[in-house]
Amino acid sequence: MSTKNENWLYTISANQKLINFNLKEVWNYRDLLFLFVKRNVITVYKQTVLGPLWYFIQPLFTSVIFTLIFNNMASIPTGDGVPSFLFNLAGITSWNYFKECLTGTSDTFAQNQGIFGKVYFPRVIVPLSTVITNLFKFGIQLLVFVGFYIYYAFFSDQGSNVAPTKAIIFLPILVILMGLLGLGLGMIISSMTTKYRDLKVLVAFGVQLLMYGSAVMYPLSYFKQKLPDLSWAVEYNPMTVIIEAFRYMTMGVGDYSLLKMIYAIIISVILFLLGLVIFNKTEKSFIDTI
Amino acid sequence: MGKEIILKTENISKQYRLGVVGTGTIGHDLNRWWYKIRGKEDPYLKVGDSNDRSTNGYSDYVWALQDISFDVEQGEVLGVIGKNGAGKSTLLKILSKVTTPTTGEIKTKGRIASLLEVGTGFHPEMTGKENIFLNGAILGMTKKEIQYKLDEIIEFSGCRRYIDTPVKRYSSGMTVRLAFAVAAHLDPDILVIDEVLAVGDAEFQNKAIGKMQEISGTNGRTVLFVSHNMAAIKTLCTKAIVLEHGKVKFKGTADEAVDFYLKNEITSSGEHYSHETSEKSSDILGVSILDSENKLCSVFAFNHKIYLKIKIRVSEKHLPVSVLSVRVIDQFERPIFTSEINLKDYINSVGLHSFNIELPYKTLTPNDYRIHAVFHIPNQELISNLESVVSFNIEETGSELYKYAGLDYGCVVLDCKWNKI
Repeated sequence: MSTKNENWLYTISANQKLINFNLKEVWNYRDLLFLFVKRNVITVYKQTVLGPLWYFIQPLFTSVIFTLIFNNMASIPTGDGVPSFLFNLAGITSWNYFKECLTGTSDTFAQNQGIFGKVYFPRVIVPLSTVITNLFKFGIQLLVFVGFYIYYAFFSDQGSNVAPTKAIIFLPILVILMGLLGLGLGMIISSMTTKYRDLKVLVAFGVQLLMYGSAVMYPLSYFKQKLPDLSWAVEYNPMTVIIEAFRYMTMGVGDYSLLKMIYAIIISVILFLLGLVIFNKTEKSFIDTI
Repeated sequence: MGKEIILKTENISKQYRLGVVGTGTIGHDLNRWWYKIRGKEDPYLKVGDSNDRSTNGYSDYVWALQDISFDVEQGEVLGVIGKNGAGKSTLLKILSKVTTPTTGEIKTKGRIASLLEVGTGFHPEMTGKENIFLNGAILGMTKKEIQYKLDEIIEFSGCRRYIDTPVKRYSSGMTVRLAFAVAAHLDPDILVIDEVLAVGDAEFQNKAIGKMQEISGTNGRTVLFVSHNMAAIKTLCTKAIVLEHGKVKFKGTADEAVDFYLKNEITSSGEHYSHETSEKSSDILGVSILDSENKLCSVFAFNHKIYLKIKIRVSEKHLPVSVLSVRVIDQFERPIFTSEINLKDYINSVGLHSFNIELPYKTLTPNDYRIHAVFHIPNQELISNLESVVSFNIEETGSELYKYAGLDYGCVVLDCKWNKI
């Protein structure tokens, strides 16, 4: 039928390669990516009184509660000279970024079926925009952390011991890892929820459970000391590695080694690529099943 | 064929699974996967009925589209016509890459932009201008392109005063205008449009149709256009295909296709009523709507003649006094007119009789109509009262007032004498 050597721009067909991630196409839609980010940022707190202040309030209050319960009541040690409030704030700030990326991307398909059902653009733009939007939020929360950090380091004798280590130059890598991890998991979950909604229920409390297994409100060393039999579960959780590294970089406490970092990088990249493959496979025809 | 083929679809089929996704689904999925890893064909592709929604199929799977093949040449405006559920929207979805075909492929040489809806991705909290950028980007424009056309878009929408106001404060008409303005300034090689013309007021519709003609005519853009509006298909399209139950029934010029569609649009109910088994001594036994060739028909062009056929049985008691009347009702339940006869003026024997009634020619405006048939003795006895016994539809095929299609501009078209004084 088409024996003439015609050069078609592209073909729409049922057969799909396993990996056909079209980076060029995503690049062509970069304007859309930034417009989505802009939309997400400016519309979240429209018609709220406190507006972006909510970005501050949530981690602060959680840290206060954690400090009261885990440190003052259950007396979990946070390391020599490290104020437990700052310890918790560090954990929560980094955990929040991962969590927001995961939950924000995990219902990509369900949330956007209105748009996805009407118009084509590389679907991966939407979860990417979520991750970038959350970066803003993370930035603001990081500022809060830095503010309290300065307070404790210079104006309070409680935290005279906190000091950043040289490894802090790798902090951006840590942030990228958190994003990749959240995005990868989120894309896997969002792809699967198009057909089986069960996962959506799972995510809600799964994330909650995962927080307890990610050394957010306790140091890994203390967990190892108290529950040595279970410690592998926490130790090999890539988020534990990231959060411990975050605290090591900023405050000098925590379990940090190059080997563990490489481990976290490998896991994150694998999950991200896996997510991308599954997501790409789903985006072709999810509209029929959702 | 002097022109280059810009889009080629080859044997496109699309299968849908009926029913709900539930526990049973995972079984089918696993089975399908098991066939796939052994390199066999999907077992569920062999089953499936053609997509006729009124009958009870044998299978959980239906073919929304089956073996659709057609070519579109550069600069052609192709209309796609079909009843509800004929597969038009599915075809558009596949063309716009929203979903994939089950089998077959589409090859294209140009960038396809689709307009299955106006205002996709509009965010109510954002201002008109912000939404122009967002919507434009969703439809595939770059920021630079939008910036370049921004003034033109705002001008076209006629919403300049509100352009910095959140869209949630807009009237629905304004939202649609703004959305269409963005869409109209898309600049793809191939534009796929789904009935977006059926929005807005008359003035805006004229503007929209004008813009469409400009896109296809002057700019030589390739357009695929799906519509129920036969007049729009006739004016805008050069060629058209007719879909029925997921298959291509006809390919040809737009005029031929519209004629074919109207002739073959046979609905399973509507044009015929029959009650031959009636045991009453006097009754209406059948009512049907016929075209000028004496065939059952329920869809007419504005300039087609419409005939009613009524079959009755009348008893000795009723013959001298009874009246047979028909009334035409429009879709808003408005009676348009009633026509009746005294039986004794037409017949002089008891038993079976048939009447043929010619409805006024070129009078009813394009719309859906129903017929009430009543057999009675006025103010005394209701022998048979059949409300909405049959229905028919007059399609807009280019009457004088087609530009107001979709608006209620009355139920009859009448000649009035206009004199300049």
